Amino acid sequence: MERMARLDTREKLAILADAAKYDASCASSGTSKRDSRDGKGIGSTEGMGICHAYAPDGRCISLLKILLTNSCIFDCHYCINRKSSNVRRARFTPEEVVALTLSFYRRNYIEGLFLSSGIIRSSDYTMEQIVAVARSLREEHDFRGYIHLKTIPDADPELVRLAGLYADRVSINVELPTERGLKRLAPEKDGGRIEGAMADVKAAIVDREDAKKKYKSAPSFAPAGQSTQMIVGADSASDRDIVLRANNLYDRFRLRRVYYSAFSPIPDASAVLPLQRPPLMREHRLYQSDWLMRFYGFSAGEVADAADAGGMMPLDIDPKLAWALKFREHFPVDLNRAPREALLRVPGLGVKAVNRIVASRRWRRLRLDDVARLTVSLAKVRPFIVTEDWRPTLLTDRADLAAWTKPAQTQLELFGG
Amino acid sequence: MRLIRLDEEDDFEGWRDAARGLALARIPPGDVAWQVGGAAGDLFASAAAPPAAQAPAGTPGFSVPRGFVDLARTAICHSDPERFSLLYALLLRLRDAPRALEDAADPLVRRIEAMAKAVRRDIHKMHAFVRFREVTDQTADGADARYVAWFEPEHHIVRAAAPFFARRFAAMRWSILTPELSVHWDGATLTESPGATREQAPSGDPIEETWKTYYASIFNPARLKIGAMVKEMPRKYWKNMPETALVGELIAGAQAREARMVEASRDRIGGNVEVAWAAVREEAMACTRCPLYRCGTQTVFGEGPLGAPLMFVGEQPGDQEDLAGRPFVGPAGQLFDRALGDAGIDRSSAYVTNAVKHFKFERRGKRRIHSKPDAGEIEACRWWIDQERSLLRPQVTVALGATAARSLFGRTVTISALRGQPHQARDGGETWVTVHPSFLLRVRDDKEAEYARFVEDLARIGERVKALA
Repeated sequence: MERMARLDTREKLAILADAAKYDASCASSGTSKRDSRDGKGIGSTEGMGICHAYAPDGRCISLLKILLTNSCIFDCHYCINRKSSNVRRARFTPEEVVALTLSFYRRNYIEGLFLSSGIIRSSDYTMEQIVAVARSLREEHDFRGYIHLKTIPDADPELVRLAGLYADRVSINVELPTERGLKRLAPEKDGGRIEGAMADVKAAIVDREDAKKKYKSAPSFAPAGQSTQMIVGADSASDRDIVLRANNLYDRFRLRRVYYSAFSPIPDASAVLPLQRPPLMREHRLYQSDWLMRFYGFSAGEVADAADAGGMMPLDIDPKLAWALKFREHFPVDLNRAPREALLRVPGLGVKAVNRIVASRRWRRLRLDDVARLTVSLAKVRPFIVTEDWRPTLLTDRADLAAWTKPAQTQLELFGG
Repeated sequence: MRLIRLDEEDDFEGWRDAARGLALARIPPGDVAWQVGGAAGDLFASAAAPPAAQAPAGTPGFSVPRGFVDLARTAICHSDPERFSLLYALLLRLRDAPRALEDAADPLVRRIEAMAKAVRRDIHKMHAFVRFREVTDQTADGADARYVAWFEPEHHIVRAAAPFFARRFAAMRWSILTPELSVHWDGATLTESPGATREQAPSGDPIEETWKTYYASIFNPARLKIGAMVKEMPRKYWKNMPETALVGELIAGAQAREARMVEASRDRIGGNVEVAWAAVREEAMACTRCPLYRCGTQTVFGEGPLGAPLMFVGEQPGDQEDLAGRPFVGPAGQLFDRALGDAGIDRSSAYVTNAVKHFKFERRGKRRIHSKPDAGEIEACRWWIDQERSLLRPQVTVALGATAARSLFGRTVTISALRGQPHQARDGGETWVTVHPSFLLRVRDDKEAEYARFVEDLARIGERVKALA
């Protein structure tokens, strides 16, 4: 009897994990610190999330990422779970999800649960089911691990409030970077309503932070904030469009993260989708652009300026290098004198390397040897810097500088040798 | 030579006590040998030397920055036998220059920081990759679950990594066995026992099959990134992670799975290609992928039967096309129609579109003079051509002029070199190249001969389409 039940759960898991994998987010970082040292309950969060495994697609597996059901009343073309798709349908009961989460968690496979769902019956009904799982984990099992819940557009604000109470993070996907793309690929979704839901969540997070300042015991609302995802390459949005849209979302909704997911072929695809997927490198360049905005002091406009005339980031070099090659008047940067902001613009210098340079130059006049110890690749940095013993004579004017600084194309051989 | 014996590989307290005394007495690092436990040590060390040097009476003590204590506590877990002596050398330096740690470019500081980083990573990977297996102990009160893992860290980190598991799994009973040291949690306290062997750990857990199902299902075969996986999950950890047994077959089957998905969606296109085309066209109407949308009146999308075996690609709409919203209706279009007629091709049986879908022009007085699209504009607009081509999948595509050829081949080509025979476009389709009809309007010498040559090209293409049908 138990054996049958387990088989059944595995079959459902295969379908409902397969259906969930197009959501790129798997973060389990940045929430409040908790543990279960009091001997009650189970689980902890430690600030920094943990990736418990990696799949051959290079993506981290940190959470049990599943749908409650892959049935859906919507017919979004990009989605494997759309109404008109022929995929097999399955549905977990909230109890099954709770049991699966706990049995994976106890074996140290995961940091927690990322639960989403196709929309069945109504937005409220679907949201209630999602909240029921989180409530059971938190209240019946005193689960202190990480929970990420997807909120359903148009769900009752009271349900969204409950979701934020139980979850570390809530998210709702804007899905496509442009309104015209959303209209074509997700005709039943409404960009305005999605943004409205994001605005509500932002307001709830801000409210709760204020309450927490006054009363320490005030319950927190989604302490790891909210995030969203955009699909790249399914509509005609250029990289510039995407970067500017992301910046707009960060500004307006105080998002922790915007995820970019290169559209990839799905089983039983809709004819409205492009057949060819965009290069995965495009997604990577967008993440790099995102980092330039969040950690390197670039404005969205500056990042967009690194794009070519067609609005696309170069695929063969990273956006920081592309920017530097386009705006050479900012270089070379004197590592012994330049302010931190200027150092952050040097291709090949990461935030950590910049911190080390700033700390160590109080002690010594930096020479190339020193820089070599502080950075990953001296060759990449050298054309853009001045040190005690180095000045790139006219190097930044060389026409072939791009070729000069491009990383050699290498590929890791997995089963070689 | 002084010999210092430490109790354990990660004996930070022992190292600190000894190092403090040695540093106060200013013993040079080269005069100290460090040894863990009773292992055979340096042959030249005098075993009779006192374990810790005594500083001369009256020497003031010295303090080190908090950062050093944290750094040393971490770096001491590294497997490098030189770590004790390197840390001692750094400590000696800090005695005279308490802020020397800030000099991140210093080789010794860098080396020790790199050690600490490797240790932190190993601890993090242990937190990530330990896999507990459930065993049931029979006790007086009945069955009791216990969770046991086997793990092989690279550095001496088990003691440093264990508290994490106690915080997380406080209400569970668990053990982590490793070759050097084992740790156990009974629900209240952490205890240690000597190293163990893999055979002492349980060999499986029924839930692992469910976990492997999850691992296989969450993997997306359309985006293989093996390098990224191996970078974060180095192979040295694989042997103790049940899911990694699937990696080989998942990679091996990935390309075929992706190809099947693409094939399947190709087949579906036949059904509602019209809906798809109309949706793409509607999206194109609002295109802002390049700056040309600002000057033109509207996007001029392609037109023609969606089952057409033949697709003509021109350069860009002209003045009249821009106003009409349809391709090839101006003077060049009329000439094109005439040539098609002379070549025996019915224009209504072909799909006609442009490489660039907005009119680019310069204003001269009241007239809008055609201006050639640049590479960036062609590239930006290629998205739409790709959509049209993947929906129609014409057997033969004809590039009319250099701009169209550039769009289809992805590089600048010479028309005269490619004319008259089939080529492969970058998406693999059969592609022919000829001049743009506007060339025939512009050309001064041998207008007749050029026109005849164009008709000849078209006739050959018409034959080819018939042959392929």
